[in-house]
Amino acid sequence: MTEHLPILLIVLPLVAAPLCVILHQRTAAYTLALLVSWITFGISIALVAQVNQTGVIRYNLGGWAPPYGIEYLVDSLSSFVMMFVSGIGAIVLVYAPKSVDDEIARSKHYLFYATYLLCLTGLMGMCVTGDLFNVFVFLEISSLSSYALISLGQTRRAPLAAFQYLIIGSIGATFILIGIGLLYQMTGTLNMADIAARVPQENGPRTVLVAFSFLVIGLCVKMAVFPLHTWLPNAYTYAPSVVTCFIAATATKVSVYAFIRVIFGIITPGFAFDYLPLDTELTILALVGIFVASTAAIYQANVKRLLAYSSVAQIGYMILGISMSTPGGLTAGIVHMFNHALIKGGLFMIVGCFALRLGSVKLDDWKGAGKTMPWTSLGWAIGGLALIGVPVTAGFISKWLLLTAAMEKGMWPVAVLMLLSSLLAVVYVWRVVETLYFSEPTAKVLKAKEAPLGMLIPTYVVLAGTFVFGVWTTYSADLAAAAAAGLLGATP
Amino acid sequence: MNSPALEQAAGLYNYWIVIVLMMTGFYIVLARRNLIKAVIGLNIFQTSVFLLYVTMGKVRGGTAPIIPPEVAEAQAKAMHETGHSEHGTHALGTVSEEIVGAHAAHADLPGADIIYSNPLPSVLMLTAIVVGIATTALALALVVRIREDYGTIEEDRILEIDRADGLPDDDDEDQWIDADTHSLAGSSPDTPTDSESVN
Repeated sequence: MTEHLPILLIVLPLVAAPLCVILHQRTAAYTLALLVSWITFGISIALVAQVNQTGVIRYNLGGWAPPYGIEYLVDSLSSFVMMFVSGIGAIVLVYAPKSVDDEIARSKHYLFYATYLLCLTGLMGMCVTGDLFNVFVFLEISSLSSYALISLGQTRRAPLAAFQYLIIGSIGATFILIGIGLLYQMTGTLNMADIAARVPQENGPRTVLVAFSFLVIGLCVKMAVFPLHTWLPNAYTYAPSVVTCFIAATATKVSVYAFIRVIFGIITPGFAFDYLPLDTELTILALVGIFVASTAAIYQANVKRLLAYSSVAQIGYMILGISMSTPGGLTAGIVHMFNHALIKGGLFMIVGCFALRLGSVKLDDWKGAGKTMPWTSLGWAIGGLALIGVPVTAGFISKWLLLTAAMEKGMWPVAVLMLLSSLLAVVYVWRVVETLYFSEPTAKVLKAKEAPLGMLIPTYVVLAGTFVFGVWTTYSADLAAAAAAGLLGATP
Repeated sequence: MNSPALEQAAGLYNYWIVIVLMMTGFYIVLARRNLIKAVIGLNIFQTSVFLLYVTMGKVRGGTAPIIPPEVAEAQAKAMHETGHSEHGTHALGTVSEEIVGAHAAHADLPGADIIYSNPLPSVLMLTAIVVGIATTALALALVVRIREDYGTIEEDRILEIDRADGLPDDDDEDQWIDADTHSLAGSSPDTPTDSESVN
């Protein structure tokens, strides 16, 4: 049984999704989705433990040995990413019912939960697979379901945002497909480890270069790296709150994971960073992205959009860590994936609570809500502190690691810019705090009640997580360090 | 025909078709203002990738990768006669060794000289076509909903309607860029932003 865990991770949510449709009854579909997502979370924790004890787990699909068969590969990095993705997926479902009742038509609930599970399947699949074409298939499963989820938003802008995301996302995915095809042409195999062993490196044919460029650009679209981020703000703003919580916390992170795999697992860092100047390019894009997106966030009147721009900026920190390509930098990048998933997940959950009670996500409509919704408002303050990176929060850990890594590499200007960029985060977090606590409440806010416990408790669990992992890093930074060491050790 | 470069360019005609289709599709997606045209452009773009895969799997002079029945029978007979003793030794080897070994051992078998095309890229494209259909279906479904809500599928008209509605949070790219340049002009109190975002 235990040796089949890697495939169960995929099969369970994949099979449960059509079951939700067949059940056709909203409570039944919800219960099934909740159950499956928690089992998936349990399996990923078991896999993390197993990888820690016995090392890399390889699973041959259908018993066909690689490179002919598809191989599923669970190592310290993929198990770590799967753990927090399924964890967020599970906790958001606990939080979901009230918000879903409020924002999505009742007749569509069972379809919503089915699509949610499909999205989870795709994200987990991208992490677990060791086959490059399989990555594309799972990427499309998660992307298509997230387009559908986003289009469920209340306003008529939602289908339009989903459509724009679909066009840009499909172009990105097709770029990835072209890259995979060219790599296959050069190596005759789709297994990632096998490609890495066969692909001609330095001074190799131009095909490898082109393949690599297509893969990087395609993944940059999916990661929402600065100039290619345009789909993200609209998609996050107009999606239903629950969908934003889930997608904002997980989808871009899994693309970052795929990006790390491509650079460190298939094409060596030597090719990407020494032969090609990708590290400089990424550093510049990351820094410009951090400043432009943070500045844009300051000027947003819509809190969801504010957080969306903040997400673009945070992706910049991850890219910054990866572009350093030192153990320290990579660790910081990976641990920030985890920490940011918690922080942004928590903050979007807070936004969902306000949306439920105030019926709006515009900052002007939240005036003085600190009086009538004290716990939700406090939650924003806590999450905001973590987002800024105040000590004893998870955000501090990742920024500290990133800062030390930058200094080790002697990148002083980068370190200084990073600190300055945190000031921008202070500004946009403070704007909301100020509105919540120091403005005269409007009549509507005065009538509002505190958010229901069913939503507040999961939100606070996630927010508590940002403190727990800000102090106790055994299961965040240490796992990330192990993953980074594995990545850099595996490449010559 | 006497220029080798020209000959090479003509010999790669299948790739030229792929590139022309790819760029056509890509251009349509970028330049369109009509949502249906965007979907069509996306389809052309994806189709060019299907062609790229299929064309790379084709081996010159190769036939469809189906073993003719009479060759299969003859091979099975020959394998049965000679293969029994070898089977035990191969059982421990990996799949790839087994296949390579079997191939080398039976090079003189009937049908061993047939060249087959590589079926794998075509099979991959079956999956990609399914993904493409799903994408198109979803995109068209979204267009239907947009049409119901806005009464048009011209993107310019839709943006106009949104602006006329005065959706206060309809701050697309242009609006925040305005805000950005505003801060660059130096009227914003957070001065670190000003100097840094120039970098």
